Amino acid sequence: MQHIVIIGATSAMAEHCARLWVQAAAAASTSLRLTLVGRDEARTQRVADDLRVRSPQSNVQVMTTDFVNASTIQQTVNAITAQAPVDIVLIAHGVLSDQTTCQDDVMACDAALQVNGVSPVLFAEAFTKPMVAANHGTIAIIGSVAGDRGRKTNYVYGAAKGLVSRYAQGMQHRLAHTNVKVVLIKPGPTDTPMTSDLKAKGQKMASVEQVAQDIVKGIAAGKPVVYTPGIWQIIMLVVMHLPRFVFNKLNI
Amino acid sequence: MPGRGSGKTRCALVDKGLHAFERVGVHHVAGHGLQGVFIGGFHAVLYLPVEQALAHGDRDGDNYRPYQVRNYYGGDHYYGDRDDRRYRGNRGYRGYRGDDGREYRGEYRGDRRYYGHSRGQGYGRSYGDVCLNPDGNLWHTTGLNKLIAFDETTGRLVCEAGVLLRDIQRLFVPRGWMLPVTPGTQLITVGGAIANDVHGKNHHAVGSFGDHVLGLTLARTSGEVLQLDWTSAPAMMSATVGGMGLTGVVVTAELQLRRVSSPWLRTETLPYQGLSEFFELADASEHDWEHTVSWIDCLAGQTARGIFMRANHMTAQETANMPSLKAALTVQQRKMQAKPLSMPFVPPISLVNGLSLKPFNMAYYQLQKMKSGFDVAHYEPFSYPLDNLQHWNRMYGPRGFYQYQSVVPREVGQPAVQAMLDAIAASGEGSFLAVLKTFGNREAKGMLSFPQPGVTLALDFPNRGERTLKLLDRLDAIVREAKGRLYMAKDARMSRDLFEAGYPRLSEFTAHRDAGISSAMSRRLMEF
Repeated sequence: MQHIVIIGATSAMAEHCARLWVQAAAAASTSLRLTLVGRDEARTQRVADDLRVRSPQSNVQVMTTDFVNASTIQQTVNAITAQAPVDIVLIAHGVLSDQTTCQDDVMACDAALQVNGVSPVLFAEAFTKPMVAANHGTIAIIGSVAGDRGRKTNYVYGAAKGLVSRYAQGMQHRLAHTNVKVVLIKPGPTDTPMTSDLKAKGQKMASVEQVAQDIVKGIAAGKPVVYTPGIWQIIMLVVMHLPRFVFNKLNI
Repeated sequence: MPGRGSGKTRCALVDKGLHAFERVGVHHVAGHGLQGVFIGGFHAVLYLPVEQALAHGDRDGDNYRPYQVRNYYGGDHYYGDRDDRRYRGNRGYRGYRGDDGREYRGEYRGDRRYYGHSRGQGYGRSYGDVCLNPDGNLWHTTGLNKLIAFDETTGRLVCEAGVLLRDIQRLFVPRGWMLPVTPGTQLITVGGAIANDVHGKNHHAVGSFGDHVLGLTLARTSGEVLQLDWTSAPAMMSATVGGMGLTGVVVTAELQLRRVSSPWLRTETLPYQGLSEFFELADASEHDWEHTVSWIDCLAGQTARGIFMRANHMTAQETANMPSLKAALTVQQRKMQAKPLSMPFVPPISLVNGLSLKPFNMAYYQLQKMKSGFDVAHYEPFSYPLDNLQHWNRMYGPRGFYQYQSVVPREVGQPAVQAMLDAIAASGEGSFLAVLKTFGNREAKGMLSFPQPGVTLALDFPNRGERTLKLLDRLDAIVREAKGRLYMAKDARMSRDLFEAGYPRLSEFTAHRDAGISSAMSRRLMEF
């Protein structure tokens, strides 16, 4: 039985990935073991109930933990891997921190960096050990196109995601000759609760269903970097190579 | 999960729904700090994809936008189409009539009296102004997209109100269950289906959507969250089913699904000439056919010709006897995964016009006639043909179109429908998608439900301004004389007295309204 672990299971992207996974399992008449890790038990349970209705044959478990405490992260990962070997872990949690708040308040800045940058890295690191020992597994981390180049409108969030990018890059280098794969996912702005403020401002966004499909496909293929929607690979290529004197004139 | 949803654990199930709701309420407050946007005490609804554009600051500034919609996760094709001219044009909505009797055509700026009034909206697919709230708040429910519980033995499904009918169908049909009632599109939410008490091609056999709603959770702007079912709160249920979202926001619902053993339908297509033939066919099909519907060429006048379609669900045995269906199902499933075609832009003029209608209708009639006889169809293309063309409404150009659906009692059905067809032919206006169907001999459960015993005619008219409105007024007169009514989900312009004449239970309904909720439609047709 395949075992998929989702860290930050109430994230809309993660939830839609989970729906696709249980759907695929149902279509192939196989069963699936899903471990959903969240902060809030009630909300995580709500996602789990939805998945159980969609796929009664799947085994869906809920765990809650503190996401910014290194020792509880280690304990949680130990508890999960003790239950069953992990095939895929999707690390999906994040908060779109408000840039101006982070500039004004170092505490808010710290929280944003912890939750979006340090925490995913610690989870990934904790899962790597047993996966390397078993020489099997896929670690997928949701980064962001915001991590590709710092911009004045969200560089704190971008810096945290940049940390995730660089970490994933190093892990891919380290694990290149093993059967453990590291997949870094870089979504563009996506229509989820996290971005509802952007949406209210009229920003065009990708649908979460489409992004989830790209993520699930990328994980299945073990792609090192997945931009979703694909167009963002080209956009970010341009953004990253803009000369500074042009870039500094842009209000982005 | 043994026992979930069975009769005995019913209360527990409803409780579950309530908790789901409360939980997220807390989340949203914490996550986004939206407190204070809404009427006091309505914290729970903060979870809903709450519209807050009017909340602070912007109201009097230059950035003022008439109304903005925030939606939650889940795709919504209408965002951005909603408050601009395209939207109004596309959906045939041209404004609303204020309490002062003045017509607010495309102009929402002046009157702020309704500020603070709010309403819920699902997928925004109603044709008229029932899902609009200019100058007010709009709560999108597409974020309430979770299933809560399902009992494989009884077919009872508890889900949140923003779940799309399509998602229920696609998930449960392979498992042998199906929604008993769906309208001509499955791209609507459960909440919207309840609020409009929608009907389908099988109304004569199974009734309308509300007949299969076992219970629901209703959030009111007073802060109450009500658990309703037909035994404990029959009046409130009856007001909410078909209640246009005016009694509160439906948060969760418990639905009774029906068994199906195959996604396939055995269909028969029969061309007919004249209304008497239509009624003969409809009567002959009432007992032996679950789905009946007909398309009628409304340009043909006295010699109205049409295509009558009827269908039954195939049994597992019948399906097994046709081995070719296996391959066909794979093809159909691939189609369902593929991206549907889309009308990519709004053409400068309506593509449905005087020049195109006659050849359109003639070609459609001939094509369908060629198909006459027995066939087998998958339920999706049979029931929801237009879902495969996204933004089909754009074909009507920037001015949009009016939908007009009436029901008249059976006794006067034939002359009344004939009179309507004559009036349309005389006016020179025309409708491409004219649908004629008999309703079953049963009263709907909702106080403001549309279906009633009789015959219903649905028409789409390209909006040609005064000419179109004049024709619709003439049709109104025929409906009124026949003691019929218009379908509110599709209306943007009927008069108050036609509404009051058509819906005699209005005063009973009014007592159950939520004082904090109104819509463009309710302010046009009711006291607030």
